[in-house]
Amino acid sequence: MNNYETVFILTPVLSDAQVEEAVKKFEDILASNNCEIVAKENWGLKKLAYPIQLKKNGFYTLIEFKGEGNVVADLELAFKRDERVIRYLTTKLDKHAIEYAVTRRTKVKTAKA
Amino acid sequence: MAIDDMAKQASAGGESEVKFLTPLDINTKTDKKYCRFKKYGIKHVDYKDEKFLTQFVNEQGKILPRRYTGTSLKYQRKVSAAIKRARHLALLPYVTDLFK
Repeated sequence: MNNYETVFILTPVLSDAQVEEAVKKFEDILASNNCEIVAKENWGLKKLAYPIQLKKNGFYTLIEFKGEGNVVADLELAFKRDERVIRYLTTKLDKHAIEYAVTRRTKVKTAKA
Repeated sequence: MAIDDMAKQASAGGESEVKFLTPLDINTKTDKKYCRFKKYGIKHVDYKDEKFLTQFVNEQGKILPRRYTGTSLKYQRKVSAAIKRARHLALLPYVTDLFK
């Protein structure tokens, strides 16, 4: 079991409900592969630093999960096949990154409260 | 005026006819550069924190060399990887002008 983190960008043409539905789809893929979702973060509509497929904004979502390595291939295949996803990045978390992610989560929580 | 007198005058800080007899008080030393990751104990460079990463790129969005930022080699590798990941996710630009 490893810790992974994936960030993906959805097209800005979607409505909030559609974004939620798309995120749900990828969560289900993880769940069906016996992954434990550690954290989920919605960054909302953000401006892109450069246009991607002529789009200047995008919905960013971050999902942190625990699972076996072969899950990543399945997830990325789903990202590739989904037209709503314009960019994605999955990274493996080392021990320092896991520590950082925990402190980051508490920071985000306190910022919201 | 004897040479001893002049030396005395110069060391006293008064106006002297003899210049540069005593070493001039000009600070030629610059502050020593240091690796901020080692100094502050930062273990992980986050690619999602684009504001932090802007400290390591120039106005064109290029990665600054170690000799300017003072980062140690171990962390420079992590910084450059983080910047490249941030660029992929459109958090930082690949090429730009008048960035920052």
